[in-house]
Amino acid sequence: MNIHEYQAKEILDRYGVPTPKSEVASNADEAAAIAGKFGGRAVVKAQVHAGGRGKVGGVKLVNSADEAKEVASNLIGSRLVTKQTGAAGVPVEKVMVAETLNIKDELYLSIVVDGGIGAPMIMASTEGGVEIEEVAEATPEKIIRVAGDPLVGLSPYKARDVALALEVPASALRQTTKLITDLYKVFVDNDCSLVEINPLIVTEDDQVVALDAKINLEDDALFRHPDLAKLDDANQQDPLERRAHDADLAYVKLDGGRVGCMVNGAGLAMATMDITKSVGADPANFLDIGGSADQDRIEQAFKIIMDDEDVDIVLVNLFAGIARSDVVANGIVAAAKETGAQVPMVVAMRGTNAEEGIRILSESGLDITGAPDLAGAAEVLKSKLQELGGSN
Amino acid sequence: MAVLVGSETRLLVQGLGRDGSFQATRAREYGTNMVAAVHPNRDGQKFEDEVPYFSTVAKAVEETGANTGVIFVPAPFAMDAIIEQVDAGIELVVCITEGVPVLDMAKVMAYIKDKPTRLIGANCPGVLSPASKAKVGIIPGNIVQPGNIGVVSRSGTLTYEAIAQLVQHGMGQSTCVGIGGDPIHGTTFTDVLELFQADDETEAIVLIGEIGGIREQLAADYIKEHVTKPVVATIAGQSAPPGKRMGHAGAIITGKAALASEKNKALSEAGVHVVDSPALIGAKMKEILE
Repeated sequence: MNIHEYQAKEILDRYGVPTPKSEVASNADEAAAIAGKFGGRAVVKAQVHAGGRGKVGGVKLVNSADEAKEVASNLIGSRLVTKQTGAAGVPVEKVMVAETLNIKDELYLSIVVDGGIGAPMIMASTEGGVEIEEVAEATPEKIIRVAGDPLVGLSPYKARDVALALEVPASALRQTTKLITDLYKVFVDNDCSLVEINPLIVTEDDQVVALDAKINLEDDALFRHPDLAKLDDANQQDPLERRAHDADLAYVKLDGGRVGCMVNGAGLAMATMDITKSVGADPANFLDIGGSADQDRIEQAFKIIMDDEDVDIVLVNLFAGIARSDVVANGIVAAAKETGAQVPMVVAMRGTNAEEGIRILSESGLDITGAPDLAGAAEVLKSKLQELGGSN
Repeated sequence: MAVLVGSETRLLVQGLGRDGSFQATRAREYGTNMVAAVHPNRDGQKFEDEVPYFSTVAKAVEETGANTGVIFVPAPFAMDAIIEQVDAGIELVVCITEGVPVLDMAKVMAYIKDKPTRLIGANCPGVLSPASKAKVGIIPGNIVQPGNIGVVSRSGTLTYEAIAQLVQHGMGQSTCVGIGGDPIHGTTFTDVLELFQADDETEAIVLIGEIGGIREQLAADYIKEHVTKPVVATIAGQSAPPGKRMGHAGAIITGKAALASEKNKALSEAGVHVVDSPALIGAKMKEILE
């Protein structure tokens, strides 16, 4: 789960990680008032769940309260399209107004879980303020990695190692070591999937401050953080993805595809997307209906696919182990009848109650072509796409 | 000889809610020797009038000699269940539960590092050996067939797809192992490859990977050095966009190594027969063995 920068900053504040003074504004007047408190000179930052906002005007330096007002009024209520959003962009409902600091040096610091090592991993670099992927590509030796221990935590000497590698001024070494230790606590205590400070700055008077903060929370651990779960901002999500999220379905909207995919199991869902691609079409979505979905959830899943304007053909691929084909078939028929869906469907059904499922579908009067297996589904899909015509 | 499970398997089931009970019944129907069920409040009762319940895993092991445990408990309690089984001396623990917090799995792996227990999963379909009628997990018993192909996979249903293709082409399986879709998991591709290489019953191997992580690359390194049996592989998620989690917690492209194309490349360079389409696994294997 993503949270906003101002929410991430509140978490950092609780752990004593130094950040610039800032407040969040929901309208232009509030933004002006906050900038006024900082003497007019401030940074106005759009609060959206997407990186790359700086490059599209989502972060602006202002020199007066009036200017803050103007910038905020342009941002709030607009949609920001960055390289990480779809073409529709994400809505800006709030801005953060922060004091400016005199920057001497920009560093990079982040924590993620390293699956291979099986522990939280600190990544740090003296090259901050730029995209870390670019640093990793051009100068990988400038990124250092230090792993914590899941049972022991982060030993202080390791935090100091990172601080030393960041080449902070000697007078800031102790403070930086503490900051790294605190950040590791933020990560573990809150079950984060990412904590990223880019840039971590050294000020002219040798203070080390988290100028920016990005925190992602692990969805699977939200059950033990009810307070953090409340930070969820539905408006930042694609509306179809949001509906799927609320229905407990694993769904990802994919840009530019026309083939709606409905599958059980994540691996098979990816494989179904792949065979779609292999016949020259693009999948419109990833969708795993899960193993124990009841008819209601199947109906919701099918309606989400139907409400995707890009979809003009549906590929259903079911290999029922725990799931039951008849339940899935009934769900599809009910949803199709309710929505009056006319789209052609290619259906492969195998496993538990597959014959019954196929019978239900074939007697439904819907435009359904059966396929025996994955390879067969690819062939049927290909010929159906040719019948439909149009671009892929 | 199958790997991991077999006629010597004495199964304990922990987490007998709706799904756990359903799967325990399927495992017994298939022929698995289920010797114990664990539920804190059902001590002295029997599952399906035959298998004794115990209130703790330790007690169940002591009374029945259970050596293999399967876990269906909800995600918030999965770490505790795994550790309870490890502490009770279970040799093979298979955790089916999906959605275990990643930091819990990190702790589990650190905890069991120097212990004799082998963990499979979490978030996996488990292990099945057709010849010895041993089914530990949720792989459907009616789709497999005894034979000589070892199957190892990060996915559940895509494993079933691969099995169906093998059967369609007349090839049975020695053992099917689902290692799970989480970023931190117990038994890895490499571990299972080692077992398959040493297993007389296994003639060839199907490996099903997916985007995310670097485990397929590590498997490729291992195959290059140690595996002489033919391996057919496919990587799911070639059409997946970067930065988006494709259902499985571990299935997310976070860097170059996580890409399907990079994994394909590493496996191909190790001499693995990589098929572009997941629909070609069975056909490719048949071609190689003929």
